[in-house]
Amino acid sequence: MTALVKLTGVSKFYGNVRALEGVSLEVSAGEITCVLGDNGAGKSTLIKIVAGLHQHDAGSFEIEGEETVLANPRAALDRGIATVHQDLAVVPLMPVWRNFFLGSEPTTGRGPFRRMDVSFMRRTTRAELLRMGIDLRDVDQPIGTLSGGERQCVAIARAVYFGAKVLVLDEPTAALGVKQSGVVLKYVAAARDAGLGVVLITHNPHHAHLVGDRFVLLKRGVMAGSHTRDSITLDELTRQMAGGSELDELSHELARVAQSPQGTPPAPAAPPGSADRTRRDDTPR
Amino acid sequence: MSTATAPADERLAPAGAVRRLLGRPELGAVVGAAAVFVFFSFAADSFLRASSLSTVLYSASTIGIMAVPVALLMIGGEFDLSAGVMVTTSALFSSMFSYQLTANVWVGVGVSLLVTLALGFFNGFMLTRTKLPSFIITLGTFLMLTGLNLGLTKLISGGVSTKAIGDMEGFPSAQALFASQWDVGGVTLKVTILWWLALVAVATWILLRTRAGNWIFAVGGNDAAARAVGVPVVRTRIGLYMGVALCAWISGQHILFSYDVVQSGEGVGNEFLYIIAAVIGGCLMTGGYGSAVGSAVGAFIFGMTSNGIVYAQWNPDWFKFFLGAMLLLATLLNAWVRRRAEERR
Repeated sequence: MTALVKLTGVSKFYGNVRALEGVSLEVSAGEITCVLGDNGAGKSTLIKIVAGLHQHDAGSFEIEGEETVLANPRAALDRGIATVHQDLAVVPLMPVWRNFFLGSEPTTGRGPFRRMDVSFMRRTTRAELLRMGIDLRDVDQPIGTLSGGERQCVAIARAVYFGAKVLVLDEPTAALGVKQSGVVLKYVAAARDAGLGVVLITHNPHHAHLVGDRFVLLKRGVMAGSHTRDSITLDELTRQMAGGSELDELSHELARVAQSPQGTPPAPAAPPGSADRTRRDDTPR
Repeated sequence: MSTATAPADERLAPAGAVRRLLGRPELGAVVGAAAVFVFFSFAADSFLRASSLSTVLYSASTIGIMAVPVALLMIGGEFDLSAGVMVTTSALFSSMFSYQLTANVWVGVGVSLLVTLALGFFNGFMLTRTKLPSFIITLGTFLMLTGLNLGLTKLISGGVSTKAIGDMEGFPSAQALFASQWDVGGVTLKVTILWWLALVAVATWILLRTRAGNWIFAVGGNDAAARAVGVPVVRTRIGLYMGVALCAWISGQHILFSYDVVQSGEGVGNEFLYIIAAVIGGCLMTGGYGSAVGSAVGAFIFGMTSNGIVYAQWNPDWFKFFLGAMLLLATLLNAWVRRRAEERR
C-alpha cells in the first residue's frame, strides 16, 4: 500500500537559516504518525510544508505516490490534506456554523441570487458535532465562547466532514487540561478508525505514545530518530524526546545544585564517576 | 454526510429572541438614534415637521451611501482614508471628461466609473501586495488625490471648479438617475435616499447570506485562519476597496448632477464622517464585527445631529463637538452592550 503522504529527505532554508534538513516521514490510511520535538526543532516548518503554506527546498514530497509541490493551503485541501493549526484556524467572533463551513460554503440558487445554504449549514454543523459527541447548545454562538477542547474538536470534525484523507494536527493538546486532552485524543483515534491518516505534532511523549503508530523525533531541524510503536517504549521515547544524554547531565547538575547551598562552587570532592564531567564544566569554554 | 434534523435543545432558554436582539451589532446605534431623536424633538420645535425629516433623510443618505461600503471594509478589518476625496475625484473626472471631449455626459459617467474602480483596485492591490497598514496606504492615496483634484482641475479648467455641463447632451437623464427628487405629500424626497436604502439592502444580503459575506467577516476577524481554510483573502480585500470606489462613484455623480459644476477642494474630511457612521453603527475598529444596517443608523444619527442643531437655532460651530461626543458615547454604549450580550451567552 502506498503511503498517503511520504516525505523523503525534505529540507527548508529561510535565507541562511536551516529550519529543516533531511527529514523523512510517512503516514498511511488508518495510521497515526507522531512528530515529536522540543521548541525550535522544526515542527512548525514541517507542518507548514505539508499544509501548503511553505514549499520545501530539497527532498521529495509525495502524496499517494505522486511527487508534489503544494502551492498554497487550498491546493493541500484539494489533495485531501487538512491541517488543524495551533490557533485552530477559527474566527472567534463568528458563529460556530459559519466557522465550520468557512472557505467551503455550500450554495444554493444561481446567478446573482446564489447564496449560502444557511439552513443546511446550521443543521449539518449541529449533526456533525453531535456525531463526534459534542452536544452544542447553540450553533449560533461565537466559536470564541467554546472551550479549547471543544474548539479543537470542531476543527477536527470540520476536517473529517470535508473528506480529508490526511489530518495534520499541530499540538492539539498543548493548551489543554488532562481531561480535555483525553477528549481530543479520543477524537484523534476516532479519525484514525474512520480510515484517515493522521500526523500528530506534539511535544508530549505521553500523548504521542497513547495513540501513535510511528514516531519521528526532530531536534534542531534534523531527524533525531524514527521509530514504530513496537520498537520503542514510552520511557525510551520520553528519554529521547527530552534529549536523552542531555537529561542525564541535567539531573547531575540539578543534584549538584542541591548539594551545594547558596550557589557556592561544587565541593572539590566530587562523587566518584562524575569527576570527569565536573572538571569539564568548570573550565571556561 | 448526515443531515438528520437535530431536535431543539431544551437548554436553550425560550428568551432566545431577546438575547439574540441584544447580540445584534446595531443595537447600541438604535438606542442612540432614539435618544438623539427624542432629544431634538424637545430641543427644536421644527424638528418633527415632515419637511425637516426629509432634510434629515437627505443629509443622512449622502453620508449613508458611503458609510455602507466603509462599514463592510471595516468589518473586513481595514480603513479607507481616501474615500472622501475619491468622491470628488469621481465627480471631477466625469465632468471634465465629458466637457473636454464635448461628449454625451454618459460617456464621462462611464469612464469615471472605470477610473474610480481602478483607484479602489489600486488601494486594495497596494495593501495586499505591500502588507503595510491600510492607514498608511490610503493616507497616501488621500493626499495624492487631494493634490490631483486641485492640480488637474486648475490645469484643465483654469479654475478651482469645473465648467458647467448643465446644457450638455444626456444631462437630464443622468440627473434623473443620480439627483432627481419627488414631492410626496408636500415632502421632498431625493433619489439618494433610494440609492442608500438599496445599498444597505444589498450589503446586508451580501454580508449575511453569501459566501463573500462569510469571507469578509473571516478576513477581518482572523485573516491567518481565513487563509488557512482556503478563503481568497487578497481577492476579498481588493473587492472591498472596489466596493468603496463603486459607492464613491455613485456619490460623485450625485454631487455633479445636483448642480452642474464640481468644486475641486470638496470631500476632504468626509472620510471620517463615513468611519464615524460605521463605528456608531456597531462596527468594531479591529474588524470582524458589524453590520450594514448599523452604518445606516449611524448615518441617520449624523443627519439628525447636523440638522437638529440648525433647527434648535444653536451656533453650528458646535456641531463637530457634538459629533465627537456622540462618537465617544456610541462607542462606549456599543462596548457595554456587547459585553452584556456576551455575558448572557
